[in-house]
Amino acid sequence: MTQPLLDVRGLKTYFFTEDGVVKAVDGVDLQVYPGEILGLVGESGCGKSVTSFSILRLVDEPGRIVEGQVWFEGQNLLALDEAAMSHIRGNRISMIFQQPKSSLNPVFSIGDQIAEVFQVHQGMKKKAAWAKAVELLRLVGLPDPESKAHAYPHQLSGGQAQRVMIAMALALRPKLLIADEPTTALDVTIQAQIMDLILELRERFGTAVILISHDLGLIAEAADRVAVMYAGRIVEQAPVRELFARPQHPYTQGLIASVPVLGRRQERLNTIPGTVPNLVNLPPGCRFASRCQARVEQQLEVCTQTEPDLLPVAEHHLVRCWLYQPQPQATPAAEQTP
Amino acid sequence: MATSSEVSAAEIRPASLWRLTWRRLLRQRSAQVGGLILLLLVLTAIFAPVIAPYDPLEVLIGKEDVRKREAPCIHLLGCPPDKPQHIMGIDGNFRDVFSRVIYGTRVSLFVGFTTVTFAIIAGTLLGAISGYAGGWVDNVIMRLMDVLMAFPSLLLAIAIVAVLGRGLQNALLAIAIVSTPVYARVVRASVLSLKEREFVQASRALGAGHAHILLRRILPNALPPLIVQATLGVATAILDAAALSFLGLGAQPPTPEWGTMLGTERNQVFTAPHLVFFPGLAIMITVLAFNLLGDGLRDALDPRLKQ
Repeated sequence: MTQPLLDVRGLKTYFFTEDGVVKAVDGVDLQVYPGEILGLVGESGCGKSVTSFSILRLVDEPGRIVEGQVWFEGQNLLALDEAAMSHIRGNRISMIFQQPKSSLNPVFSIGDQIAEVFQVHQGMKKKAAWAKAVELLRLVGLPDPESKAHAYPHQLSGGQAQRVMIAMALALRPKLLIADEPTTALDVTIQAQIMDLILELRERFGTAVILISHDLGLIAEAADRVAVMYAGRIVEQAPVRELFARPQHPYTQGLIASVPVLGRRQERLNTIPGTVPNLVNLPPGCRFASRCQARVEQQLEVCTQTEPDLLPVAEHHLVRCWLYQPQPQATPAAEQTP
Repeated sequence: MATSSEVSAAEIRPASLWRLTWRRLLRQRSAQVGGLILLLLVLTAIFAPVIAPYDPLEVLIGKEDVRKREAPCIHLLGCPPDKPQHIMGIDGNFRDVFSRVIYGTRVSLFVGFTTVTFAIIAGTLLGAISGYAGGWVDNVIMRLMDVLMAFPSLLLAIAIVAVLGRGLQNALLAIAIVSTPVYARVVRASVLSLKEREFVQASRALGAGHAHILLRRILPNALPPLIVQATLGVATAILDAAALSFLGLGAQPPTPEWGTMLGTERNQVFTAPHLVFFPGLAIMITVLAFNLLGDGLRDALDPRLKQ
């Protein structure tokens, strides 16, 4: 394969709270290749958003990136100074958020806000920047962009606001767009339009996208590759068809099974029993072990003792599960001595 | 006739938040009254030389037939037409009180605006840095503000004037220092809540630096409570300045300052009540105007009333 555009290695972001250290992201490895859409899925609180914030170094106190490297265009972003990082943000890597309306500043017109991106990063004059802003609004399909540029965020619908956010994010043609649940707050028809827009702009500018979502349908449709996160770690990673056709990790299987299928009658929806482990006191072994049916069926002891590695089961298909890995040779002597 | 597209473009061009606020403000009764009085006061201050019949410092003894602390003489109300008209009477130094009250508007408005401007700038800077930086910076700044606030403001102002020396300038500085903590607190509170908002996060994600975010993204959103506080603050500042002058620590005679006028004639309350009544009334009207306007602004800017 080609050189990855973004290469996250062993990323650990912990939150140092009064209740203890919350290991929100605990050793994530992730590659994004130029122009591809990587879907990042997982349930709430599994560390998807924290991972993306960590890539842009936007984690706030009490959170801290404690370990890892984020390689992007030959630089380790975690080693850059703040000024250099500001230059990366918005310019090389951009981000859009879940709540488009509250992501826009209420006291400035949207034209002002888009124009500002050019003013900040390229030192462009106000008038030229405004013209660029109008052009961008047209590009993202906002009707009547000349007069809409004067609008304030409260006068836009959620879908329009997200288009504006996309316009801002793509203003400088970044190489990577992080879309953190970009359609979650929108209704279904608008969701489709926004996704179409993101896909279209990806085609046009060759922007790679990290698409964060808990909506498997959306991921199945839009992503090229998918990484599944659970309790701060990536548990499975595969091309999208492969993942949905042959999910290997019991958690992925559970996730896919829990999506209701239109036309299939069911008394109750499928769920994964149990809850995500406490991220302060993580159990030893596999983090999914306590909820894992397969472990019980196969009577695997190792699951609750040692954590498996993320290893390939097929080409480009990585899984972190003992079901597919040779179990470590038990070394009773070492384990039993206190 | 205009084409339909032209009409709709003009109609669609959206109102900014400020324009909406302005419209709401104009509907407020208290703001209407306060604003009107304030407008008249400002006009009075600007056109003081035109309105005032005499120079405020002119001693009239020997020039006109006036007696010391003479009661008001108004021709319309039966004062003999051969006597010169002094609608607010004559003060202890044979000066026309009306002219002095008119010129006093200049001093008071000047005091109000300059002190509040200074206090706003200082308070906003301190509060914004405090709220945005957090941690020990926040602690140091806010504890300092707490110390300032722990004193009764007038007492502290008196202490500052005592150190710096009396006079209007020092009084202004004292009042400005005393009123700074209020603005620092208001701004800090706004910044604290605003910096957690998503649009700030979004700005950072798009590469804006800290100074830019604080000054261009956060502060404009923190303005509404600040504006209300400032309007009410002008009233307090005018009152404090009058009080300092009354005590002889602010504007010095013969400056036509309302507080000074009250102070110099305070022993004549019973023998020549007009000498304290008119400056007192002027102070009251001015303070009332700012308070009414401030109340109106508060309602107009209240986010809960937004639709």
